[in-house]
Amino acid sequence: MLNKKKVSRIFLFLVLGIFVFYYITPLYVMVVTSLKTMNEIREGNLFSLPNSINFESWKIAWTGRGEGTSDVFLKPYFFNSLKIAIPALIISTFLGALNGYALTKWKFKGANLIFLLFLFGTFIPYQAILLPMARTLGLLGISNSPIGLILVHTVYGLGFTTLFFRNYYVSISDEIIKAAKVDGAGFFKIFFKILLPVSLPILVVTIIFQFTQIWNDFLFGVTFSFGENAPLQVALNNMVLTSASVKYYNVDMAAAIMAALPTLIIYVLAGNYFIKGLTAGSVKG
Amino acid sequence: MYGFIGWTFYISLTKSKLLPNYEFWGIHQYVRLWQMPRWHIAVENLFIFTTLFIVLCIFIGVILSIFLDQKIRSEGVIKTIYLYPMALSFIVTGTAWKWILNPTMGIEKFAHQIGFENFQFDWLVTPGMSIYTVVIAGVWQSSGFIMAIFLAGLRSIDDEVIKAAKVDGASTFSIYTKIVLPMMRPVFMSAIVILVHLSIKSYDLVIALTAGGPGISSDMPAVFMTKMAFGRSEVGLASASAIMMFATVSAIIVPYLYSELRREQDAK
Repeated sequence: MLNKKKVSRIFLFLVLGIFVFYYITPLYVMVVTSLKTMNEIREGNLFSLPNSINFESWKIAWTGRGEGTSDVFLKPYFFNSLKIAIPALIISTFLGALNGYALTKWKFKGANLIFLLFLFGTFIPYQAILLPMARTLGLLGISNSPIGLILVHTVYGLGFTTLFFRNYYVSISDEIIKAAKVDGAGFFKIFFKILLPVSLPILVVTIIFQFTQIWNDFLFGVTFSFGENAPLQVALNNMVLTSASVKYYNVDMAAAIMAALPTLIIYVLAGNYFIKGLTAGSVKG
Repeated sequence: MYGFIGWTFYISLTKSKLLPNYEFWGIHQYVRLWQMPRWHIAVENLFIFTTLFIVLCIFIGVILSIFLDQKIRSEGVIKTIYLYPMALSFIVTGTAWKWILNPTMGIEKFAHQIGFENFQFDWLVTPGMSIYTVVIAGVWQSSGFIMAIFLAGLRSIDDEVIKAAKVDGASTFSIYTKIVLPMMRPVFMSAIVILVHLSIKSYDLVIALTAGGPGISSDMPAVFMTKMAFGRSEVGLASASAIMMFATVSAIIVPYLYSELRREQDAK
């Protein structure tokens, strides 16, 4: 009996171990490749370690070779992405909180219907709004600008942020709000003085979720911007797909790691919030 | 947002080419769409991808979550490793897997060097096979997340149920297949909805990994739509395909949301 238990325990660890291997291998390959020289890549194989740690390809991926126009490197696009992600993040989170508050604490006729529309909105495929969105941005004169992308991400993210805050505020007692209303506090006063101070957990979840979404977006970026206004993921894709005769796999891998680094760091530092956001974002909460 | 969808729907009923043309043209774009072999390839690929993606993600998710639930000491570390791909964008995922699956420099070369001279793995550049590389990368990216959903589901099940079954002499295997998994039906539902949703939107991954190629062999509706809209100036046709995608998602989401809301109301 004890023996049988031991065998099944070993089997368990074996399976878990194989999957650890499956998930970690690509990261390992990316890191070692980015540290190799092209010669080492040609001579060695995917898994072989570099002879010496060499950050040359990281430097090239970040600031380029200095070879004129065909040179694609990530530094400016990294800041493009920040310029888009941070304002979009702040605006959509704030509006989402307001929406969530209005939907739960100022019950008006049709509040449930509106909530349903928001909820359904989170499932709409991007493609269904792509063309009219492009047209609208054009009419507003903000296509191919950070402002345009900020607007797109705010509109599209609003469904998610509203959902998060609505589900969180539903569980907050109505009594306090009622008491405040009796005391004559207005819509915004209640929001800032009572709800916002207790919203920290959901705020963190929302911010992490929204940042990851916006940072990792490709479709909106590639559709609504081009050239030097493109966000990071678009630049990374252009870099990898470049038709240059020599492919620098080490530079590609260094660039891919750079593009992934901000979200990876957040994930490592705040993994639990990260998972909560993903689960709440897609399962309704 | 809903106004935009209406606009897309209307355009899908017009002759629009490069610029929107508001002249009504009935369902001709849809007829054209379904007569295009390329659209059929895209739909077929979506079907292959979605089926495999869902089956594999759920299979891996269920197994890993049950195994992780056996009071493993290093659970935290393992969970972190299983889930980190979710923090990466599809573009990064595609870039990494493209390199690993590279037919001359990647896995194939490694196999040659350790002695398997005839080992061949060139799915990435083989028409008809490249769609499976998208599955491999997609499963890698998303299955950890499904595992996390199932793990949360398992943790919410009352321990007493399992203990009682053990007292009755049920084996661990039958406890899970007969009692625990049936109790997790809502979790299965959510996981399937999320995965369907992810796979219909799957655009970035295809672009980064195969760009729809070789040729058009790994095209998907999402890729088709953007190529028609921005590459071929077929705005009407692209709108028609977008509406097809929207309708498919709605057909799955609406009943799901309805049943979820019903459940919420029943709970009250």
